[in-house]
Amino acid sequence: MSAGAPTGIRLGLVSCETCGLLTRPADIREPGCCPRCGEALALRRHNAIQRTWALIVAAAVCYIPANLMPVMITKTVTTVEVDTIISGAVLLYMTGSWHLALIVLIASVMIPLAKLAALAYLLIAVQRRSGGDRHGRARLYRLVTFVGRWSMLDIFVITFTVALIQLQPLMSIQPGAGVLFFGAVVVLTMIAAETFDPRLIWDSSNKEENND
Amino acid sequence: MSSPIENIVACPDCDLLQRIPEVPPGGRARCLRCGRTIAVSKPASLDRTLALAIAAAVVLFIANAEPLMGLSAAGRQSSTTILGGVLEMWRQGHALTAILVAFCVIIAPAAYIACILAVLLAVRRPPAPSWTGMLMRMLAFNQPWAMVEVMLLGILVALVKIADLATVIPGIGMFAAGALIALIAAMTVSFDPHEAWMRIRWAEEANPPPAAVPNALDPGRTGP
Repeated sequence: MSAGAPTGIRLGLVSCETCGLLTRPADIREPGCCPRCGEALALRRHNAIQRTWALIVAAAVCYIPANLMPVMITKTVTTVEVDTIISGAVLLYMTGSWHLALIVLIASVMIPLAKLAALAYLLIAVQRRSGGDRHGRARLYRLVTFVGRWSMLDIFVITFTVALIQLQPLMSIQPGAGVLFFGAVVVLTMIAAETFDPRLIWDSSNKEENND
Repeated sequence: MSSPIENIVACPDCDLLQRIPEVPPGGRARCLRCGRTIAVSKPASLDRTLALAIAAAVVLFIANAEPLMGLSAAGRQSSTTILGGVLEMWRQGHALTAILVAFCVIIAPAAYIACILAVLLAVRRPPAPSWTGMLMRMLAFNQPWAMVEVMLLGILVALVKIADLATVIPGIGMFAAGALIALIAAMTVSFDPHEAWMRIRWAEEANPPPAAVPNALDPGRTGP
């Protein structure tokens, strides 16, 4: 893109995040409300960097118990078996469904970790005003918002396994404490992705160009 | 007080200002800088979406009322609906997880379909009342949380896990959930929010004339 890209923030225009209407507010520091839909206007999402950091740190903390604590407790007449997310995937692999094991592993272990790493990378790049590969980072952000929901997979697997296997006293399955932490990881990373403002990726380029 | 500017948008992902070019039917325009889709042309968007949304509402009802799957082991039978799964989680003392599951597979999809139906009916006679704008906002909020497709994959994984222990019988609810995924996806693709916004009455009654359009704006790329 040529120098001096015309962006809303440079020309004193603000775009409504709800309906997309572009307006010229009387005072750019207090843009007020969108005349079409009534939503509060803001040039950038408020405190996006700090809030996103807070959410991903919280999610990273929850990620540890989510993987260490049991998510499923299988009780039969004679045995009690405790499974974590990873041991559940290993069990799927051992019983011959390696493809399902792979899906569970990707959705429950890799996607949350990759999301945390990707958001941290985007935040650090914004804070360092990095100019390199903005297109790549814009695509990475879109990927993060797109795949995040699939991490909920294990929550649904556990819910419906628990609902179905209630054959007391023969066999029953109970959810473990890890489920709550795992759900927290998924919800926190989804909110973090929504809190981050992708326009920040491009803002530093304008600042550099302003100095020209 | 904000004065509106017509025919120019700021890319939601990178804030670059650009004029929306003439988009051929079925085509889309992408942001010049970051490649985000900024305009689409969807012929008969509102009517098609309405048809799909009505079908989705019917299928949503079936998916929630009928059992997802049943199981028989050692002469014992059991079956569950979507709500049954949520209630069992609640009974097991996992209230928060139960609420999360209920929100993602019952409340959010139902609210999504209900909002889109209400919006589409309201904008049939423009200008639609300004509360339609609030429904549009709820629609956008619910969209990422409606996870019927993730739930169905979760059910399939659960079925494979259980298949080793017992005979599993897929229920009508599961097929309805499959149809619901296709309908929600088709609904989302065919819906053009911009077209709906054009038909909604503005929140501020006295609309000021559009402000002067800034110059030096290139049109976005168009493509099929």
